[in-house]
Parts: sequence; C-alpha cells; structure tokens
Amino acid sequence: MSGLTTPTSVPFPRLRPWLLAVPLLLLVAYLVLMDNGAISQTGNYLHELMHDGRHLLGVPCH
Amino acid sequence: MVRTLLVRGLLLGLLAGLIAGGFAFAFGEPSVDSAIALEEAAQPPAAEAAGHDHGEEAVVSRPGQKAGLFLATGLYGVAVGGVFALVFAGLRGRVGPRSEGGLALAAAATAFVAIILLPFLKYPANPPAVGDPDTINSRTLLYVIMIGVGLASTAIAVATARRMQGGPWARWIVTVVTFLVPVIAAWALLPGVDEVPANFPATLLWEFRLASLGTQLVFWTAFGVLFGWACDRAARRPAAVPVAVPAPS
Repeated sequence: MSGLTTPTSVPFPRLRPWLLAVPLLLLVAYLVLMDNGAISQTGNYLHELMHDGRHLLGVPCH
Repeated sequence: MVRTLLVRGLLLGLLAGLIAGGFAFAFGEPSVDSAIALEEAAQPPAAEAAGHDHGEEAVVSRPGQKAGLFLATGLYGVAVGGVFALVFAGLRGRVGPRSEGGLALAAAATAFVAIILLPFLKYPANPPAVGDPDTINSRTLLYVIMIGVGLASTAIAVATARRMQGGPWARWIVTVVTFLVPVIAAWALLPGVDEVPANFPATLLWEFRLASLGTQLVFWTAFGVLFGWACDRAARRPAAVPVAVPAPS
C-alpha cells in the first residue's frame, strides 16, 4: 500500500466546488423520501405521489 | 474528470433506479395492494376522510401511485447516484481497491450495508396500514439517525484500518470490530418501533419487507455494476483521461 497520492486521485481543491451539488442532491432525496409538505409546500401531494416508492424503498411511511 | 463522474453517477443512478422500480413493481406492489385492501376493509371510508388514506378517495389514485413508484425510484437513483459519484471521486486513488470497477463495487456494497441494511434491521420497512401517522416524524428521525450511525461507523472502521499495521487478517478483524461496536451500541440504545397491528398477517408483512429490501439490493447491485463497468470502460479508452502508469502494489 502506498501513501495518499496515486496518479488517478482527484486533488481536493478540484473536487471541492463540486461538493456544492451534494446539498441539492440530498434535497431531491428528501423530497422523494420524506417530505410531507414542510419544504415542498404542496401538502401531502409529494407524499401521495411517491407513496409506493417510499414504502418499497424502505423509509418510514404510513 | 469530476464532471464526467458526476454525470455518470446521475445517469446510471437514474437507470438503476428504474430497474429497481421494475423489481418493486413486479414483486412489491402485490403486497402493497393487499395491505391497502386490508386497511380499506378495516375502516369505513368516512373515517379516513380527515387524514391520510390510500383508497379511491386519495389525492393520488392507485394507478397514479404505481406510476409514482418509478418516479420515486428514478429520482432516488439520480440523487443517490450523484452523491455516490462525488464520494467515489474523493475515494479514488486514496482508499480501497485500486481498480475503478473494484472500487465502485466495494463502495456500492459498503453503502448498501451502511445506509440500507443497518437501518432496515433496526427499523424495517412497513407496508401501508402499518405505522401510526402521528409518529411519522419521530420514526423518520430515528431512521435518519440509523443511517448516520452506519456512515459514521464505516468512516471509523476505514480510518482505523488505514492506520493499522499488520497482516490482512488483523486488518479485516479490526475493520469489522470497529464497524460493529458503534452499530451494536446504537442498536441497543435507540428505541424500538413496533406499530404492526395485532391482526396484520405475518406472511404479508414478511413478503413486503423482503420485496422492500430486495428493491434496494437490486438498486445498489445494478448501480455498482453499471458504475464500475462505465469507469473501467472509460479507463481503457485511450487518452480519455491522462492515465499514468499504475503504481506497483
């Protein structure tokens, strides 16, 4: 095993700006899996539309 | 390079999500339908008008919810695939297997165990008609905490193994133990959730949970294989990225 740098690793300064996409992607995941109107302001519409997906992807639902 | 990986993760995540949606549609929907039929039979429609319901009076019809299944698994795949690609970009060349395909498979398998299997074992998926609407927030919070425990335990285990001297057996044992200790502690300390009605059929619950875990297994397997395949294929293509001579291991 060699140290921290091997030829194919992406330097962290180059990776950092892309990490801004993470909150956006997590927001999408939240809206799909957990939103009950608090953020989307659509009442339970997203919940109902994603209903079967939520149950079968294993997140808590009712 | 990061852009390529991110686009790859988003698109293959979508594809894997749709594949998982197909599995869920074929193997999960029958038990969802059965559970909703039980719920409808148990309570008259008037009683559910005030709250959440699954029947014909619902905001989204049952056929709409079945189409929404593919929307949900597809969007889930996009989101998860994108985050996975960025984590992969950070791990590559630093942690884990040298080959891109090997790293993709190892990372996908680890992700499945840490953020799907662990939360599932503590807070298993439930079909409609199981679960109290009033506790949805606390149940969701506990589920998210369990995901966090899985991720943190993985990080601790990997970091410990990297710092450790010794042969492969010792490293593996230390990795597994440092992973399991916080996991077992969380399992023991976090409250349990048991909201299955006494008269709910056990076989239906089992079939639903199996289909639910299967949906996630299909997603992570498909995604890991597709992502690894795409990475290996890109690495073999000449001059796509400046590939240096592999370091001797």
